[in-house]
Amino acid sequence: MEVRELICIGCPLGCPLTVRIEGENMEVKGNTCKRGDDYARKEVLSPTRIVTSSVHVNGGELEMVSVKTKQDIPKGKIFEIMEEIRKTAVDAPVAIGDIVIENCAGTGVPIIATKNVARV
Amino acid sequence: MAKHDIVIIGGGPAGLAAAVAARKAGIQDILILERDGCLGGILNQCIHNGFGLHTFKEELTGPEYAARYIEMVEAEKIPYKLNTMVIDINKEKEVTVINKEDGLTTIQAKAIILAMGCRERPRGALNIPGYRPAGIYSAGTAQRLMNIEGFSVGKEVVILGSGDIGLIMARRMTLEGAKVKVVAELMPYSGGLKRNIVQCLDDYGIPLKLSHTVVGIEGKERVTGITIAQVGPDRKPIPGTEEHYSCDTLLLSVGLIPENELSRSIGIDMSRITSGPEVNDQLETSAEGVFACGNVLHVHDLVDYVSEEATLAGTNAAEYVRSGEEKSNCHVVELKAENGVRYTVPQTLDVNHMQDQVTVRFRVADVYKDRYISVYYDGVQISKRKKKVLAPGEMEQVVLKKESFGDYPDLKNIVICTEVE
Repeated sequence: MEVRELICIGCPLGCPLTVRIEGENMEVKGNTCKRGDDYARKEVLSPTRIVTSSVHVNGGELEMVSVKTKQDIPKGKIFEIMEEIRKTAVDAPVAIGDIVIENCAGTGVPIIATKNVARV
Repeated sequence: MAKHDIVIIGGGPAGLAAAVAARKAGIQDILILERDGCLGGILNQCIHNGFGLHTFKEELTGPEYAARYIEMVEAEKIPYKLNTMVIDINKEKEVTVINKEDGLTTIQAKAIILAMGCRERPRGALNIPGYRPAGIYSAGTAQRLMNIEGFSVGKEVVILGSGDIGLIMARRMTLEGAKVKVVAELMPYSGGLKRNIVQCLDDYGIPLKLSHTVVGIEGKERVTGITIAQVGPDRKPIPGTEEHYSCDTLLLSVGLIPENELSRSIGIDMSRITSGPEVNDQLETSAEGVFACGNVLHVHDLVDYVSEEATLAGTNAAEYVRSGEEKSNCHVVELKAENGVRYTVPQTLDVNHMQDQVTVRFRVADVYKDRYISVYYDGVQISKRKKKVLAPGEMEQVVLKKESFGDYPDLKNIVICTEVE
């Protein structure tokens, strides 16, 4: 049996989690909500993260627009995703939720804007 | 002189939530004054996720969270002035304001809500020897440069201080291709949230050195290297423990200071521990009709709690404007922070006029394991709650219910403390 100690990153409470892994079965303790249970199982099997960054805007009221992966992506893909984000620029106007990159780094997950930037 | 029922100083998360709440409580004549060119305050540069779980039940980035409140302000058609700096307020609630369009003007307010936020402790407040080369930034400045203005800040980085902004910037700079070599923290514990240590440092293999500080900065034009050393229990460097890191950038994440120059200019009572105004359960300061909320009151970890607090301040300011008369039959009780609890907000509570419940927020003085948070009314224990871990970096709260005061008609003080057993 394997035991792993984790800190839940689901919310700022940061619950200390204990995961007991026995073959296919997993037991999670220390979580205050279901989010913690989900996080622990995912973190043990295939950890994922939301990636946030910002990209240049052409013709906007601001230089940069903030962006994020629409869903969480495999942890191992973070730097490939950043590589694509760094190469990207968008034209103003941009609205929250606009797709900036479709299917980023082959994850099937789009990069979307998280800020409104008006055209000037 | 222009007149407004409620003037809100600051258009960040606290000011926006206070404005929306005051409008919902029936006050039409509200004005928000913001010195920046846009609403939203610090959230605009906090592009990471983790905001809003409490308020909106979903995980948002800073700009998305700000946009939700900006939309509410726009929908309610609450007026605001941007690029507008408040330079003075006085006891008569006259607000002196300057901007390019109106020049220098004075506004008469019936109520004022202080929502100016906080600023970062600068290098000058630390005793770090060395030259003053380029490449030394407060973490929040670096955050603004990267996320809003689009500059690259540095390639090889050392971070002093493990506050949340420092941790977030360690990850941000790593993602942008920089090498973050170490995060040094003077205290034996981190000042940031545990989740940020996990997802910003551990995820990227960035070492956190507790009980360490910067003892030397090298470089004349630009930083070329940093020396850190271990510190003893007296927080003084221990000779012989020095370690050198070559780098071009030093980020400082060494604390936030509520921005209370205006509060002091009215002469309201200030807390020496929070560096913010002392307030009652209405979040009203010692100056009648002047309310405070958000980071100007005490530095928060979570914007969700700022919004909650500001909503209360906005609602209460509206009630003050509407009733327009002084309260009678007050029964004011002092809240005391003892045995490991550093402060409480609010500092006093009026048992006769309080809401059905009051949330008391506080921080502890050190890292404690397996302790109780206890509440006493005049020496009688009312409640206790066990906590596995308490840390200064994580704000705690207890909720006091009005009904619980029924058995204490002569109550003089409420003590909130930690206890071993």
